[in-house]
Amino acid sequence: MPLSAFTNARLLDPASGRDEIGTLIAEGGKITALGADISVPTGAETIDCTGLCLAPGLVDMRVAVGEPGEEQRETILSASRAAAAGGITAFAMLPNTTPVIDNIAGLEFIARRAREAKLVKIFAYGAVTHGAAGKDLAEMGLLAEAGAVAFTDGVNAIGDALTMRRALSYARAFGKVIVQHPEEPSLAAGGQMNEGEISTRLGLSGITRAAEIIMLERDLRLVALTGGRYHAAHLSTAEGVDLIRKAKQAGLPVTCDVAPPYFALSEVDVGEYRTFAKLSPPLRTDGDRRALIAGIADGTVDAIASDHAPQDQDAKRVPFAAAAPGVVGLETLLPIALELHHKGMIGLLDLLARMTLAPATILGLPLGTLAVGKPADLVIFDLDRPWVIDADAFRSKSKNSPFDKRPVAGAVIMTVVDGRIVHES
Amino acid sequence: MSRATSITEAPLPDGLVWTKRHILGIEGWSAAEITAVLDLADLYVEQNRRADKRSTELRGRTVMNLFFEDSTRTKTSFELAGKRLGGDVLSMSVGTSSVKKGETLLDTAMTLNAMKPDFLVVRHAQSGAPKLLADKVNCSVINAGDGMHEHPTQALLDALSIRRRKGRLEGLTVAICGDILHSRVARSNIHLLGTMGAQVRVVGPPTLLPSSIDRMGVDVFTDMDRGLKDVDIVMMLRLQSERMNGKFVPSPREYFRFHGLTFGRLAVAKPDALIMHPGPMNRGVEIDSEVADDIGRSLILDQVEFGVAVRMACLRLLASTQQAA
Repeated sequence: MPLSAFTNARLLDPASGRDEIGTLIAEGGKITALGADISVPTGAETIDCTGLCLAPGLVDMRVAVGEPGEEQRETILSASRAAAAGGITAFAMLPNTTPVIDNIAGLEFIARRAREAKLVKIFAYGAVTHGAAGKDLAEMGLLAEAGAVAFTDGVNAIGDALTMRRALSYARAFGKVIVQHPEEPSLAAGGQMNEGEISTRLGLSGITRAAEIIMLERDLRLVALTGGRYHAAHLSTAEGVDLIRKAKQAGLPVTCDVAPPYFALSEVDVGEYRTFAKLSPPLRTDGDRRALIAGIADGTVDAIASDHAPQDQDAKRVPFAAAAPGVVGLETLLPIALELHHKGMIGLLDLLARMTLAPATILGLPLGTLAVGKPADLVIFDLDRPWVIDADAFRSKSKNSPFDKRPVAGAVIMTVVDGRIVHES
Repeated sequence: MSRATSITEAPLPDGLVWTKRHILGIEGWSAAEITAVLDLADLYVEQNRRADKRSTELRGRTVMNLFFEDSTRTKTSFELAGKRLGGDVLSMSVGTSSVKKGETLLDTAMTLNAMKPDFLVVRHAQSGAPKLLADKVNCSVINAGDGMHEHPTQALLDALSIRRRKGRLEGLTVAICGDILHSRVARSNIHLLGTMGAQVRVVGPPTLLPSSIDRMGVDVFTDMDRGLKDVDIVMMLRLQSERMNGKFVPSPREYFRFHGLTFGRLAVAKPDALIMHPGPMNRGVEIDSEVADDIGRSLILDQVEFGVAVRMACLRLLASTQQAA
């Protein structure tokens, strides 16, 4: 097995708080030594990381892939390449494929395709309900045995309170978290963007912020009732952050994530019907945006996930109301997140924790740390290197990014999975 | 001097250079731009009342009507406007077009664009569709109504109807009543009337008032009797059941009881208050037949007549930027 030495790197490990210049040795796919005073063993391939950061590879807990069923949007291979280019060494994919991943065969298919791609680690969510339709529970126990990392209906909210209650209760037996798209379906039906002055001016149906708030309030009651573990995905409102903050203070087993568009953009970015700024939940107000950043900084927001949602041109070059929601995010997760650090809003280790240790912990994966014996899943990046995001250069099959042409600072130089270089720029 | 030349060479109002290539919405227009359209439209009203209604400003130009939603009066009005200016006018009916075969809106537009029209007049059920087209085609796009967004030529013809009867727009109080939420006519009128210095009120049941509508510079009323007090103009809107996602009001009967325009309700408005409706009317739902048919107070037929003149003015002004280009 290969023996590699990453020398003169700024070693960043959120789990231990390590932030020092030093060397990391990887052998046989595992980290075998790291620190300031590590000498390079003979026979090791030396990778000089002078001036660069070395952190645990990013763990992205919310990624949509078009395979199976909509391979023109994204395949497991293209998503793997995009992830590797983005410094992501592991991601969890949503079950909203065609067919929905609500059975063992679906999980096995993904596992096989991931092995064939052989780039990054791919984990699959199982659907909570059959067809992710929100009614009857899927075979969660069998799915857990077959490797489902957690359960979610993905882009669909579990709207029915009884179904959510049972899902939370039942998943407890398998130690799995339920990931919810927290949006009250009847309030959100037909909505295209945040409800407010801008939606009124544009003549687009709005989605009230209350749709998220109400669903979170309901779900938190059910968490208290059942004791089940609950994760709220892609929060969009200030009140949503506040509810999670209070629930944590009350000791409830809840976590949440935010995706970069929600803390980097707001409803204003819809402009004149920019479909690339159409998301589900919708981009909210600037006040919400700032509250999400505060939540990320104070730890209320556990994780930052890309919420990668590839859409082809046909799904976006249409009138706003007809456009599919979502943006690609695998290749922009790190630079957009780093904006928070560069603006002095959060320390680098804390920020990295949101994209490494925290999502790994939520999903129960032994990843996201730099420690002896752990997999050598690494991202090496230049913290300050300026570049301009170019959607045309994305490895992803879809180019629907609202960040195209945005100047950013912080570039992935190398991505390593199990000691093997899967991306180098 | 031939009349065609007199209009073609009529100088634009002092200080105004018409620069718009498209007419997608009234939002952002200056008072001078609105006035330019209305002043020119006044000339066309006279032309349209003559026995020979033809002139030649659009000679050799092609106007394509592309209506993805049913329309009788707007489509006819644009057809007449184009023909009376000497242009070639073609109306695409969606029922016979490729759109029904799965072709996307943009594909359809690009196909038509390749046939070199000079104007694309677009009506679409989705807000922003004309903007999407305008970004891709190289002819002028006129929005003939997009979803719940804007209907700019309707607001212009409404303004012309008011101005010709009242002599002004500034200082008038206008109540826009009914289904504000789904109304592109309301949005365009709010922008236009506000810019021209009128006081605009919106009056409707709370479920049919859009979020944050007060931020558009209007006074908001949910009670008809208060909303109509001392107004100069009552602009009724159609209850747009076809755009509704679920029920916004319990029944047409209840709607008429609280929000229908009757002579009794009209009594609180100014004695010379005028009534408008963009059509088509739901008699007995938002407006009583007696009121609708009162020739002394209703501007409804003026609106239809002046619609042609306003659209002629819009085509003429856009043609001037095409010549420059």
